[in-house]
Amino acid sequence: MRSPLAHAALLHVGPVPITAPVIVTWGIVAVLGLGGMALTSRLSLIPSSRQAALELIVEAVDSQIRDTMRVEPGPYRAFIGTLFLFIFTANWSMLVPGIEPPTASLETDAALAGLVFLAVIWFGIRAGGVRGYLASFAAPNPVMIPLNFIESLTRSFSLLVRLFGNVMSGVFVIGIVLSLAGLLVPIPLMALDLLTGAVQAYIFAVLAMVFIAQVVGEAKPAATIANEGTNP
Amino acid sequence: MNWLALASILAAALAVSFGAIGPALAEGRAVAAAMDAIARQPEAANTISRTLFVGLAMIETMAIYCLVIALLLLFANPLLR
Repeated sequence: MRSPLAHAALLHVGPVPITAPVIVTWGIVAVLGLGGMALTSRLSLIPSSRQAALELIVEAVDSQIRDTMRVEPGPYRAFIGTLFLFIFTANWSMLVPGIEPPTASLETDAALAGLVFLAVIWFGIRAGGVRGYLASFAAPNPVMIPLNFIESLTRSFSLLVRLFGNVMSGVFVIGIVLSLAGLLVPIPLMALDLLTGAVQAYIFAVLAMVFIAQVVGEAKPAATIANEGTNP
Repeated sequence: MNWLALASILAAALAVSFGAIGPALAEGRAVAAAMDAIARQPEAANTISRTLFVGLAMIETMAIYCLVIALLLLFANPLLR
């Protein structure tokens, strides 16, 4: 049986091997990017049905950010929305025959979790400056510094393993059932996988929001206190 | 088949089976508590179910860790090279 942890290289660009998940990822990026550009090229004040559907998605992302982070969604909409839409499309790309979702490979999930890790640092520094961000490690008190530091690494790792484990186990189980039972039997399992894929995309986005909201909330008061200290 | 491979397969099965017990009990308790909360306060159902989903994902991660350990033992075992 093929290992779910390794992928064979399909072609080589210079010394870099290109595997199937990378090509599927490029396809998804192209579909989402070009689709977004094509759909938003003619926006009007009185929306057509297509524009109304797009606005529905944006509104849904906005209301989730507002409910989870308790802030105005403006600065976070692009990152969280892109994250959710990409993972959702990637998980549902198994509907196209012959395509394995790229999130079922470790590298894609590592890249996504790395993005969240960097976004937490970026939004933390944006909210409270470098000092405020570093002070957020000492919240609620300095004894927690090593624990907070370890947590910032392990939670990225757990984001990676959660998405990888859920999507990959779905693909794996379908492969096993298909080899044991034959043609139409895995269909209910595939329906379950679609549900899991949607829930996991939602959870990845919600957890990214929770991490960002936490660091922003902890960096901000430290920054205001520091500013009050320097400018009385 | 040597005894190292045998032990790896056995350990993978044990990891998944015992690793599933704890998260299964925990998810049952979490869902029961959420049902209770929704029955008491149906107007808060949105917030409760969102929190429930996130919590369930957190709990599920424990079982997924065990699955990943089992797959590492089966497919990427450094001792079997």
